[in-house]
Amino acid sequence: MLESYILILLGTVFVNNIVLVKILGLCPFMGVSKKLEASIGMGAATTFVLTIGSGSSYLINQYLLGPDLFYLRTLSFIVVIAGIVQFTEIVVEKTSPVLYQLLGIYLPLITTNCAVLGIPLLNVQGNHNFMQSLLFGFGGSVGFSLVLVLFASMRERMEAADVPGPFKGSAIAMVTAGLMSLAFMGFAGLIR
Amino acid sequence: MSLFKFHGGVHPPEHKLKSTAAPIRSVTMPLRLVLPLRQHVGNVAKLMVAVGDHVLKGQLLAAPDGMISAAVHAPTSGTIAAIEERLIPHASGLPDLCITLNADGEDRWGDHQPLDYQAQEKSAVLDALRLAGVVGLGGATFPSHVKLRADDAHPVLTLIINGAECEPYITCDDLLMRERALEIVRGIEIMQYLLGAKHAIIGIEDNKPEAAAAMRLACSQNSISITVATVPTLYPGGGAKQLIKVLTGLEVPSGKLPTTIGVQCFNVATAYTVHRFIDHGEPVISRVVTVTGRVAQPGNYEVPLGMEIFDLVQAAGGTADDSNGLVMGGPMMGFNLPSGHVPVVKGTNCIIASAPALFAPQPPAMPCIRCARCAEVCPVNLQPQELYWFARADNFEKARSYDLFDCIECGCCSYVCPSRIPLVQYYRYAKSEILASDKARQAANVARERNELRLARIAREKEERAAKHAERAVGARAEAGGDAKQAAIAAAMARAEAQKAEIVPQNVTDLSPLVATEIKAIDARRGKVDDRD
Amino acid sequence: MMTALLVMIGLALLLGIVLGYSALKFKVEGDPLVDKIDAILPQTQCGQCGFPGCKPYATAIAHGEADINQCPPGGEPGMRALADLLGVEPKPLNAECGTPKPKSVAVIVENLCIGCTLCIQACPVDAILGAAKQMHTVIASECTGCELCLPPCPVDCISMVPIPEKVDNWKWRYPVIEIKSLAV
Repeated sequence: MLESYILILLGTVFVNNIVLVKILGLCPFMGVSKKLEASIGMGAATTFVLTIGSGSSYLINQYLLGPDLFYLRTLSFIVVIAGIVQFTEIVVEKTSPVLYQLLGIYLPLITTNCAVLGIPLLNVQGNHNFMQSLLFGFGGSVGFSLVLVLFASMRERMEAADVPGPFKGSAIAMVTAGLMSLAFMGFAGLIR
Repeated sequence: MSLFKFHGGVHPPEHKLKSTAAPIRSVTMPLRLVLPLRQHVGNVAKLMVAVGDHVLKGQLLAAPDGMISAAVHAPTSGTIAAIEERLIPHASGLPDLCITLNADGEDRWGDHQPLDYQAQEKSAVLDALRLAGVVGLGGATFPSHVKLRADDAHPVLTLIINGAECEPYITCDDLLMRERALEIVRGIEIMQYLLGAKHAIIGIEDNKPEAAAAMRLACSQNSISITVATVPTLYPGGGAKQLIKVLTGLEVPSGKLPTTIGVQCFNVATAYTVHRFIDHGEPVISRVVTVTGRVAQPGNYEVPLGMEIFDLVQAAGGTADDSNGLVMGGPMMGFNLPSGHVPVVKGTNCIIASAPALFAPQPPAMPCIRCARCAEVCPVNLQPQELYWFARADNFEKARSYDLFDCIECGCCSYVCPSRIPLVQYYRYAKSEILASDKARQAANVARERNELRLARIAREKEERAAKHAERAVGARAEAGGDAKQAAIAAAMARAEAQKAEIVPQNVTDLSPLVATEIKAIDARRGKVDDRD
Repeated sequence: MMTALLVMIGLALLLGIVLGYSALKFKVEGDPLVDKIDAILPQTQCGQCGFPGCKPYATAIAHGEADINQCPPGGEPGMRALADLLGVEPKPLNAECGTPKPKSVAVIVENLCIGCTLCIQACPVDAILGAAKQMHTVIASECTGCELCLPPCPVDCISMVPIPEKVDNWKWRYPVIEIKSLAV
């Protein structure tokens, strides 16, 4: 039992990393990775939203929708996630105005972040129970935060690097993201 | 006693033997001395003399301004010839306010006597030291009276006397210890008394056995117990924090003073000047300077402050033909002098006549390969390669968060860098930029406060004016119907009428006929003009 | 069909209540961002940005009514700091607001001053000292170099003097390897 939970956690963080392997949630990955502080904030906000979101979407799917109303899944998940994001936004604005300003448009955009909608849907697909859904959401968002923070630290260093003119800015960032993705593929086979 | 080790350090070639062969020599008093008002860390000294004044040797020329400041004295008797901006020995190569003193050749001392320091309050002794211009002569030139003030919050247990002199070429402390050991020990005794330190340790690098022997001998003749410790020769073992670590094993916390761990550190030459002042009443007017490199007679010279460095080099036999400049300080931390025509100041410990053969020109820097050799040798455990990265990109906040301000600019990192990157120059650049922006921020805060106060004042005045108007309006309305006011107005008008009637123009009586006809003519013309209207 | 509608309405209602409550509970008082922006601005109070001072400009930036590139005294570094704080792209300074100049202080030519007090009223930081029909002078250490005292002066006796580089404000330069010219 415990073993399966650990497997889910490790699997979602490293092996099936939501950004670098599943290629979901790329907009915040490229958009909020210019500053380390902002990326940590974004990671924390996404983790909060995703964990609560996957838990509540499990409950909605299981008890509210059931097999009859399966066609309402996407719609209701989006509504719930939007609500949680709004709540997060209000809380962040109160507690950290600078982070609120830094995250800017990307904070409300968590709602339409494909990773955030993707994970609850993957939960349904994988027939996870409540605990597994929560862990899947938590692990996925930790994986997201991990690569976001790693990528942001790299980009901060690249600011000062002698990058050839044509590669400056987003170009070198894309190349770096590709190399990171390759590196994360090395985790494949870690868990059978 | 057991010794400890500090992190990193390098072994540059020492080049010390050249200047230790001869004893300390004196120089003839120059005809003209130039004394900058800024010879120390802190506020610039306040002028106490005017052009044309005759001063005696040891007379106060400029008094300390504020707590962290030091006095400047006349090194000989003479006349103040000028007070003007002149070139000073500073890395900037910029001029600063200096007193020019023309010596009268008599070298006559002013009134001076020893100070019975034990009979007085300690604070009085420290104030006297402040007026004596005693500063750290190791090169930092921090006013010593500040460091000697015993602080109840951080009592000093250990007094460390720095005789390590780790930098290549410099031997002035070595010679001073060899020749004036007794005087230094006497100075240490006074310092220990002032600080209330339990014990004193003199740290001397093991490449100076004669100095260590002389100090041991002097200590054995003294009643108080002073330990003489020979420390391994390793640059920068003479840095205050490094020497403290080697002798006590304690590390001074980042951004804190050594007193927080109960240690205070002074240079041997500073101890010597304390002795000169307390026991002889002589303020700091001269110092020992090593003159070495490509000069004919390298050695140590006792030089009056304010002597031109060019003259000093001439006294040492002049420079060799291939010499291409003068360096003040050592090869690791010193700087190129803008010209030889600058005075010797309290911080001048060494003058090196440089030559391409001695110091090869800096080869072009190559990219950092992140070999981390700089981190291996950094004596303060910093990450020089990261600091370089941030300083190069003007990322100052990051550089500060990597403890840039703990850097002692010893130059070990630049010394070992295989890419020959002038790392220390980047750190100095970043430090001065950060300090300047901090200053600008403070100024901005003051300006904000002043602006807010002004706006508040304007708002208050407006309010007061409005209140006054309102009050007056209310008052006027209240009195408008009253007879008293009407009566007053009528009375005033009547008074004015009466006055008018009384007044007779003085210049219309006793007119000559000529003037009378002229006036008539003018009145007629006026009448015409009035008609036209 | 009816159940689906009911479910969605129920969800929306529940979320609406939660959000409405939290909006009340976590209501943001004041605008802490204004102070953060104001801390970056150079406080010259010069009005070159088109606002009557640094604080109003900071307020305008925080509310999205002004751009970050309207402060010439802050210059390029100030604009970058603002861009950093707000998470927006840096952009070149707006030339309409003026160009950065070396930091200067106002100096009154004292034998031309007629003592009209107009400059005293114009100074945003009360750095000019004087009284009616008495000579005025600038407290150099308090002057922000805003140039606001120049236009009101009826006799043009105020000039801006750049602060010279002295030993105490001298800065180490960025290390540059000198390029030697080879003898041809």
